Amino acid sequence: MLPDRNARPRTVLLLLAALAVAAIVAFMTVGAKGNWDFVLKFRGLKLAGLVLVAWAIALSTVLFQTVTNNRILTPALMGFDALYILIQTMLVALLGTAAVAMLDHNSVFALNAVAMALFSGLLFRWLFAGEERSLHLLVLAGIIFGVFFKSLASLMQRLLDPNEFMVLQDSFFASFNRIDATLLGVSAAIVAVVSAVVIPMLPRLDVLALGRPMAISLGVNYRREVSLVLIAVALLVSASTALVGPVTFFGLLVASLAHALIGNARHAMLIPAAVLLSIIFLVGGQTILERVFGFDTALSVIIEFVGGIAFIILIVRKAIR
Amino acid sequence: MRTLLLAIVAMLALACVSLLVGVTHMPIWALLSGHDDGHAARILAISRIPRTMALILAGASMAIAGLIMQMMIRNRFAEPTTSGTVEAASLGLLTVTIMAPDLPVMGKMLVAAAFALAGTLLFVRLLRLVPLRDPLMVPLLGIMLGGVIHAVATFIAYRFDLLQSLLAWTMGDFSGVLRGRYELLWVGGLLAAVAWIAADRFTVAGLGRDFTTNLGLNYKRVLALGLVIVSMVTSAVVVTVGMIPFLGLIVPNVVSLTVGDNMRRAVPWVAVLGAIFVLSCDILGRIIREPYEIPLGTVVGVVGSAMFLWLVLRKRSHAA
Repeated sequence: MLPDRNARPRTVLLLLAALAVAAIVAFMTVGAKGNWDFVLKFRGLKLAGLVLVAWAIALSTVLFQTVTNNRILTPALMGFDALYILIQTMLVALLGTAAVAMLDHNSVFALNAVAMALFSGLLFRWLFAGEERSLHLLVLAGIIFGVFFKSLASLMQRLLDPNEFMVLQDSFFASFNRIDATLLGVSAAIVAVVSAVVIPMLPRLDVLALGRPMAISLGVNYRREVSLVLIAVALLVSASTALVGPVTFFGLLVASLAHALIGNARHAMLIPAAVLLSIIFLVGGQTILERVFGFDTALSVIIEFVGGIAFIILIVRKAIR
Repeated sequence: MRTLLLAIVAMLALACVSLLVGVTHMPIWALLSGHDDGHAARILAISRIPRTMALILAGASMAIAGLIMQMMIRNRFAEPTTSGTVEAASLGLLTVTIMAPDLPVMGKMLVAAAFALAGTLLFVRLLRLVPLRDPLMVPLLGIMLGGVIHAVATFIAYRFDLLQSLLAWTMGDFSGVLRGRYELLWVGGLLAAVAWIAADRFTVAGLGRDFTTNLGLNYKRVLALGLVIVSMVTSAVVVTVGMIPFLGLIVPNVVSLTVGDNMRRAVPWVAVLGAIFVLSCDILGRIIREPYEIPLGTVVGVVGSAMFLWLVLRKRSHAA
């Protein structure tokens, strides 16, 4: 009799879920003093933000890796979040902070997200959905695009009025400490809609992961699906960048770990694993940061450090094997 | 040879323009006709000439540092900003700022250079671990290594309230260059000259240990010389004006496309074009929004990455 090939992933998922719940409980209760009503409300809002970001980053990275058929890519590495910052800067440059401040947070964010989805959809469709191209060339192009977007954004910021620049600058540093509560609602809505579109696609994603020629010969409308996924990725990245700012290696870390733990490429297993890992790291990391280090560093720095090393080990191990 | 002369003339012309651009009024005609009361001459000597010299020296030496790395590692995409060298140098600078803030600038630079050397060596070691030398994997690995080192630096800088200094070292800015504050760059210029003399050896070293030894060269010594030059140049630039992205990447690539890969012929071209590139970006940054100026690093980031993208995507149909 054949062993059940889902047995191991299922155990892993259960274990991860237990760990995630433990991290959440620890985050909500450890070191809590005083009025429980206040503590739960205050921490609950923060927790919602962290979980939302964890979900958006994990999902976008796995989707992106599937579409590009590569395990070392993340949307952040391809300049997606630099693009978000550029678009936000352009908006302020065109309308002025006064006008942007008149609009409410949510509509500015919605405008940003739509512009980002359109632009990155076009750009990356041009890069990815065409004929088969050297992948590493695309990676390099992506990294340079990132530098280009970043420099262009900072150029435009320099051209802005210094006061307007101050207002804008605040929103560009990755911070998990001050999640913008007003954006929580609209980000949650975006992430929910995107997830609702993507989840029915999971079986087709398994096919897409086989690569372009295989997917086409199995009857998938490759161009359409890839474009759809890329737009989904752009929206998810907008949501997470708007909430906490750019985070480079985190997605890579959770996606690689999910692949290693699950051991097969079924998205129905892979995506939950990545999301759970993401929640464990973010919520757990934030708990440790607040209770052990007393806020004395930024979570994104720790993530950058661990994620970068994980990436290097991944490459070296792959090369040796 | 004649075109090289033409390029040198172009560089000198740009240098003259660079001398004339600036916020403070400098009556050049008074200076030339001898009616100057010393004001124009002072501005020229204290601010304008140092700045222009710094631009030329930094541009030429960074471009050559990039060329040396590309020759030694045999990879077109290697340069100090894609190998962790810059990040390591700024980590070194951070360390010395915290541990020994009173050290003279030369000492600070040496510490930064030691860190840069260690970082680059680590990168070379890592590359040796990855036998499948996919050409585009090399910069990717270097960028990641740089990211890790930068995270360590940010962690330390955050605790000591030095984040702003760290930002300044990673962003080239020539607005603070005055007489007495840029002379370290001459070290870089000197090393670039050494690189010219030793040019052939780096090409040979790029072909591998066995090949180099067969030709009667000491592989380890050549490699060490190259890495020391790259580290010293990088840290001299980082200490005085901060990092200039992409310079060591684009200029050698453009030269190799037009002049070819003979290193001895390429070195003067790389130096001159590096200087021209930096001079024009700096002039652009100074006039685009007078009387404010945009730091060189930003202008180079935009112009350089656009050029590099064009370079990469243009030959995508038949490359890699």
